[in-house]
Parts: sequence; structure tokens; C-alpha cells
Amino acid sequence: MSETRELILEAKHVTKRYPASGDRMLTACQDVSLKFYKGKTLGIVGESGCGKSTFMRMVVSLEQPDEGEILFHGRDISRLKGRELRQHRQKIQMVFQDPAEAFSPKMKVMDIICEPLLNFKRIRKSEKEAVARKYLEMVELPGDFALRYPHSMSGGQRQRVGIARALVLEPELIVYDEATSALDVSVQKTIVELLVKLQKEKDIAYGFICHDMALVQSLSHQVAVMYLGSIMEVLPGEKVASGCRHPYTKAMIDAVFDLRMDFDKPIKSIESEAPSPLDLPAGCPFQNRCPRCMEICRREKPALRQIEEDHQIACHLYGQQGEQR
Amino acid sequence: MEKLKNFVRKNPAFTVFFLLTLGVIAIAVFAPVLATHDPYEAVLADAVQPPGPEHWFGTDRMGRDLYSRVIYGARTSLAASLALVCIIMTAGTLLGILAGWFGGILDAVIMRISDMMISFPGMVLALAVAGILGASMTNAVIAIAVVSWTKYARLVRSLVLKIRERDYIAAARVTGSTSSHILWKYLLPNVLPTILITGATDIGSMIMEIAALSFLGFGAKAPTAEWGLMLNEGRAYLTAAPWLMIFPGLAIFITVVVFNLLGDSLRDVLDPRDEQGNGFGRKENE
Repeated sequence: MSETRELILEAKHVTKRYPASGDRMLTACQDVSLKFYKGKTLGIVGESGCGKSTFMRMVVSLEQPDEGEILFHGRDISRLKGRELRQHRQKIQMVFQDPAEAFSPKMKVMDIICEPLLNFKRIRKSEKEAVARKYLEMVELPGDFALRYPHSMSGGQRQRVGIARALVLEPELIVYDEATSALDVSVQKTIVELLVKLQKEKDIAYGFICHDMALVQSLSHQVAVMYLGSIMEVLPGEKVASGCRHPYTKAMIDAVFDLRMDFDKPIKSIESEAPSPLDLPAGCPFQNRCPRCMEICRREKPALRQIEEDHQIACHLYGQQGEQR
Repeated sequence: MEKLKNFVRKNPAFTVFFLLTLGVIAIAVFAPVLATHDPYEAVLADAVQPPGPEHWFGTDRMGRDLYSRVIYGARTSLAASLALVCIIMTAGTLLGILAGWFGGILDAVIMRISDMMISFPGMVLALAVAGILGASMTNAVIAIAVVSWTKYARLVRSLVLKIRERDYIAAARVTGSTSSHILWKYLLPNVLPTILITGATDIGSMIMEIAALSFLGFGAKAPTAEWGLMLNEGRAYLTAAPWLMIFPGLAIFITVVVFNLLGDSLRDVLDPRDEQGNGFGRKENE
């Protein structure tokens, strides 16, 4: 399987810190290494504030990492500037979380969808409406919406416009920053179906941020679990429920609600709060909430290591060969 | 036509004040038609006459027709205050956008200068500037502009700081928009309604400030027909010939009130918080 995959983007040891009050630093991402493959979806799950959005903003070059590099087809894009950066932006696009916030209230749908193309002079102004109609139909909206304003549309319709805007440049990678979490569940489902269909047609790589475990595993080829700025586990989507090993991933699976769940079993939640990213503890970030915390976890931060094909984990419970200690 | 009717029905106050404003502007534009005498023709024999059928508002100490002078005064005051508001609006918006968008040293320099301007009482500083430049209408406009742009710069800067964190700005950057494109297409249209409202409400106070400078002798020079200057000229005759101060004073009062009310009703029409499209800006586009 791994031989047929084509690597598009690789983040290597990316760290991002923000200055906080009182000379302290807030570590949003710490030593994050992830890979995006052509036509595949990488899901990132984690609690809010765990750095998943920051990581994706670095992938789309809205933020610069402090350390590490982001390689796009082998070229480091994290230090691009000016014209080079602008040209590169055509390759990676983004869909935002809140469809009400993602468009200027003064622009028509047609202008929103065609702006990326006009920015790169790929179409002429006179072709705007025709192009907008084509892409609206691609995201299963009526072409007449081209003349509307986004505020006269529903959340799901707006998010489709957002997807259309991300598609027009024919990018190789689209990042979805919790693109479905502002929508209600029935709309969510149709949007996800649309995303899967578009991915099959166009062979685009997706980066999908989500905090809905069930949704992310149904959609992603690979799922990365993030906690407090660090990657805890990376595993194939279909193995999330059955094959996860990390105590944090397990705890998250146990906390998922489902209509068909067994209500006799107690619903487990994770004890206590996540520590502040302002002063990260030495050792494993999950140590104070982990039911199986050991001596070494307090001293040494576990590195992300391969335990099976396509399965990486950062936990001292699993040794070099993947056997349980 | 139907749209216009709808608009009038929705915004009656704005329509009334807009028409009044047009009236004031019409007086300034058609001053030569409305005036009964030449405002600069001095007939010393007719000096300081009370209002009557020949001279509606009476005459001043040089025997000039006061009614004609008040009408012509509208030209000076309106032209100067509109020019002034345009200057400070443009300069303030530009500097505010630069400070808010680029931040860093540029922001620090622009905002510290504006702090300096604000730490003086505006009128005193304007007096100092006008004193240095010498008395003339242009210099009065410059003097007031120097102390008044800060309000707009601060307002725009804070708006820009708010807007630049919005997702649609990030989206514009991801889709490859250049900085100038974002400034022009995203920031300016979203900042403009607030600025226009502030500008419209400011016209009134600018008329007052220009009149005040002229009254103090730092603005228009005799024999220009200017309301502030006319007040000053009539000051000595307050008890003997009160009409010399009453009519220019009334002119200032009415003009300022009309422009202030226009500004207030414009706020209701152009309310920038109204993003759902009941306002004028939206209507026009749809």
C-alpha cells in the first residue's frame, strides 16, 4: 500500500511558540511531523487548543513555524516570501470553520469563487459568471447562486461556496479547519459525502481537522491524534476504533457518544483538565491524566515511533518493537 | 423609482435632513441669484441700518447688505468645512489603515504622533498653527486638519485591527490576494460606512471650528463674507445693532444643526453593524 502513495507534503519537527504575557511562551505545536499523500485524507483530532489549527495554518502558510520545515514536493515552503509564496499558494487551499465568517459581507458568491482565479489572472472578468456557475454545480448548488450574497444562504450552502472557492485553483491539498463543526448533523453528512466524491474525482489530498472521532475515522485514511501540541498517535482511519494503543486515544474513543452505544457501560470522561500550554511539563504531556502513567513518563518525553506499518505512537508503554511493556 | 419610494418610506428622518442639507448647499451654490445686493459693496451712507424691506437683515458698519453677506458666507463656510472633512477623512483613513495593517514601527510612529496631537487641546494647537502660518482661510483649514485627523486614524486603526483577524482576510491571503488587493477590496469597503458616518457628523463641528478661528482673527480676513468673521465685526455693536450678530449666528446654528442631524440619521441608514442587509449600502447592490 505504501509503495503506491505519492508524498505531497511533509512536516518535519515543526514547532510553533507564541509570546505570552510575562515573558512566557505558549507552545502551540511541539515537534510535529506529519505526511500528506496524494488523494488521501489526513485527519487530525484533539481537544480544542491542542494546536491542530495552528499546525494547519502553518501548512497553508498563514503562520511561520519557529522550528522545523514543511516540505512540499521536497521544497521547504515555510520560509517562502513575497512572489514565490503567492505563486505557491495556488497549490494549497483552505476551507474555514465558520462559513459566516469566511466571506467578505460585501462580495457576491460569483466574486468570491472567482477571486482566486482573478488573483492569478487565470480567467478574464467577463468569464466570471460562467466559471462560478460551473463550480457551484460541482459542489451541488444551483448555478443561480452566483448572483447572491453569502448572507442570504444557509450555513451548509455557504460552506459549499467555501469548498468551491478552495477548488477553483485546482490545488493539490485542501485543508479543512473543522469545516463541518458549525453545521448540523444532517448537513454535515451531505458535505462529507461531497468531499469524498470530490476527492475521488480530482485526487486531491485533504487535511481534515475535527474533534468528532466518529466523523474523522469514517473519512480519513490516516488519523493523527494531537494533545497539547504534540502528536500522540498516527494510525489508519479504519483502525481507530479497534487498533488504537495510546491511552489518550483510548480515552477519547471511550468518551464518544453514539445512539447505538451500550448505555449500561459507564461513559468515561478524561479526568481533570489539560495542563496549560504556557508551562509544559517535562516528560509526556499526558502524564497527569494518564491512567497508566509510569516513572519514566514524568522524566522523558516519549518520541513518536513506528510500531506497525502506518501506525506510529508516542508512548513509553510501547517499546521499540511495539510490544507492550 | 420604486426603490427610491421604498427607501424614503423606510428612512423618513434621513430623507428630511438630506433635503434640508441639499437646501443649505443650494443656498451656497446659488448665492448670486439669492443675494439682493453685492455683499462687498459698501455704501457708508446706509451704515448700521436695522432690518427692513430694502435690507432684509439690515446693514453692517460699512453699509454692506447683511442678508447678502450671510448668503455668501454659506459658500465660504461650507466649502472650507467640506474640504476640511474630506482632507482629514482621507488622511486619517489612510494613516489608520497603514498603522493597523502593517503594525510595527509604522504603527508606533503614526500613533505616537496622534497621541501628541491629542494631548494638546485641539483649538489651542490650531490657534498656534494658524498663528505660525498666518491668517487666511486656507491656513485655518490646514491648522484644523493638523489637529483633527487623529480621530479618524484611531477609529480606522481599531477597525482594521478587528477586521484583519477575521477569517475572510485569511481566506483572501490563502487564495493569493496581494496586500494592496486586500486593503482595497476588503478593508476599505468594510471601514468606509463608519468613516462616512463620522465624517457627516463632523461637518457641523468643523463649521464651528472654522467660524471660531475666523472669529478670533486667524481665519478669513476682512472683507470676506464669513460667518465667524461677521460675528467678530458685529461684536462691538452688540447692544446698538444686535442683528449684526444674530443673523450670522443663526446661520451657523442652523447649518450645524442640519449637518449634525444628517450625520445622526445617516448612522441609522448605514449602520455598519447591520450586516444582514436592511441598510442603504446593501440595498444599492442588490
